[in-house]
Amino acid sequence: MVKQERWAKALKFMKSFFQLIARHRVLASTLFLAIFPFIMPYEALAINILIFGLFAMGFNLLFGYMGLLSFGHAAFLGIGSYLTGIGIVHYGMPWGYAILVGVIGAAIGGLIMGYLAIRTRGIYFSMVTLALGQIVYYIFYKAESLTGGENGLRGVRVDEFNVLGMPVDFLNPLVKYYVILFFVVIAIWLISRILSSPLGAVMEAIRENEKRAAACGFDVARTKLLVFVLSAAICGLAGSLRALHLSIVPIDSLHYLQSGQAVMMSILGGMGTFFGPFIGAAVMLYLEDVVTTFTKHWMAVVGLVFMFFVLFFPKGIWGTILSKLQINQDSK
Amino acid sequence: MNSATTTPILEARHVSKSFGKFKALQDVSTSFMPGTLTAIIGPNGAGKSTFFNVLSGAFPPSSGQILFNGKDITGMQQHEFARIGISKSFQITNVFKQLSVHENVRVAAQMETARYNFLRNAQSYPKPIEVADELLHRVNLEHLRNKKTADLAHGQQRALEIAMALACNPALLLLDEPTAGMSPEETLVMMELIRTLASERTVILVEHKMKLIMGLCKRIIVLHHGEFLAEGTPEEIQNNAEVRRVYLGQG
Repeated sequence: MVKQERWAKALKFMKSFFQLIARHRVLASTLFLAIFPFIMPYEALAINILIFGLFAMGFNLLFGYMGLLSFGHAAFLGIGSYLTGIGIVHYGMPWGYAILVGVIGAAIGGLIMGYLAIRTRGIYFSMVTLALGQIVYYIFYKAESLTGGENGLRGVRVDEFNVLGMPVDFLNPLVKYYVILFFVVIAIWLISRILSSPLGAVMEAIRENEKRAAACGFDVARTKLLVFVLSAAICGLAGSLRALHLSIVPIDSLHYLQSGQAVMMSILGGMGTFFGPFIGAAVMLYLEDVVTTFTKHWMAVVGLVFMFFVLFFPKGIWGTILSKLQINQDSK
Repeated sequence: MNSATTTPILEARHVSKSFGKFKALQDVSTSFMPGTLTAIIGPNGAGKSTFFNVLSGAFPPSSGQILFNGKDITGMQQHEFARIGISKSFQITNVFKQLSVHENVRVAAQMETARYNFLRNAQSYPKPIEVADELLHRVNLEHLRNKKTADLAHGQQRALEIAMALACNPALLLLDEPTAGMSPEETLVMMELIRTLASERTVILVEHKMKLIMGLCKRIIVLHHGEFLAEGTPEEIQNNAEVRRVYLGQG
C-alpha cells in the first residue's frame, strides 16, 4: 500500500517535471545543452550530436509535423556545408557571412527541390526527393575545382576571432562547442516559434487530413513548399556548422545515407515530437562512438537497437515517455 | 424583389463529369437561391456525390460551368472555394484526429486571419479562439474541448466537422450525407442543427434517407443515372410518378 502510494507520487512528480520541460522547451534544451559536453566522453562527440540533432530537428519539421518523408535532405546538409566551405576557402569570407550563404543556399535548394517534389505524394515524394538529392550529390562531386570532388573540400579554417573585443579561440573544442551551440539555440528557438505559430497548426492539419485542410481554405501545396524551404534552411545551418566543426567538407555530407540517418534519428527519438529527433541523434551517435571501440560493425548494433524501438516502441524514446505520462503535446 | 435576391447564390450550367468512359454526370443544370435549404437525392449511383463534389470544388466538371453569385468559378481549386465562402463537410468524416477538439476548429477558423505566419504565437490571435469556443458550444462539444479528436464518438466527430465547416463563416454550406452512420438520436440532433443553420445561410445537402428530408427542406432535386430527373417541393416529389418509379421503387 505504502509502496503503491510512493510509486504514484513518483509518477506524478515525473509527469509535472516532463510537463515543465515540454512547456519551456527552448529554455530546457538550452540548459541541458549547456552542460551536455560534460556528460559526453569528449567534446567532438558532443558537437557532432549538436549538429546532427539540429539536422534531424529540421528534417522532423517536414516529416514528423507535416507527414512528408523526404529522402533527399542530405542535399541541404551538403549544400550548407559546401557553400560555407567554398565561401571561406575560395572567397575568404568571414565565417559569419559564410554561414549565412550556406543557409540561404540551402533554402534556395529547398525551394527548387520542394517545387518539383510536392506535386507527388507518399512513396513518389520520397523517391523524387531521393533522386533530386542524388543529382545535387553529382553536381558537387563533379565541380571538382570548387568542391575538391572525391577528396572533399579542405582548409575550411576558422582559428580565432573576436566577439565584442574578446578573443575567442575556435580551436579549443569546448569553446567551439559553445560557439556552435549559440547558433543551434537560435535555430531551436525558431523551430519552437514555427511549431506554436498559425503555420505550425496548419502543418499538423495537413499531416492529419489534406482534404479537410484544403476544404478549410488552406493552400496545401503552398504550405508544403514553405515548410520544405524552412526545413531545408535549418538543415543547411546544420551543414554550415558542420563545415566549421570539421574544417573540411567531406563528399559524404551529400550522400543519401545522411538522409537515411535523419529518418532513423527522428523515428528513434520520436517523430513529430519536439525533442525526439535530438534524442534520437544523441543515442545513435553515442552508440556509434561506444560500439566502434570494440567492433567496426557498429551499424549492425545500431540497426538492432533501431529495430527494437520500431517494433516495441513505435513512438520513439521521447514519444513513448510523453504518451506513458499522458502529456499532451498541444500544451503550448 | 431586387436583383440581389434574384441572382442564384450557386448555379450549375450544363454540368457533365466523366471518369474515363463512365459518364457520372450528364448535362445537369440547376440553381440555388440564397437563404434556401435544398436537398439533392437519388438512388445509389445517381451521381449525387459527383454532383456534390463538383459543386463544392473537389474537382472541376468535364464540361459546363459553376457560377457563384453570378461569377464563373469553374476550375477554381478547393481552397479557393472555401475562401470565397463555399464550405463543406464530407460524407466520410474528415477531421484532424491527432489534434484536440478545440484545435480542430481553431485551425479552421484561422483561415481568415493567418495562413502562413510562422513567427507569431497562434494563441495571440483572439478571433479564431473565440470562433472555436462559440462553434463548439453550438454543436454541443464544448465539454470535450481538450479531448483528442480520435477519442470522440462517430456522431461527435461529424458534429465537429460541421463546426469546422462553419468556422470560415461561409455564405453557402454543402453537406454530404450529414447523418451517415449516426444513431437515431444523433440523427435527430443533427437534423435540428441543420434546421437552425439553414435559417442563417444557404444550405445544400445530399441525402440518402428520403424520410429525413421530407420534413426539413422545401425544395428537392432528384438525380438519376447522372441526369437531372425532377425538382420540386417534397409533396411534388413524392407525387411525381417518374420519381416514384426510379427512386421509391413503387412504379
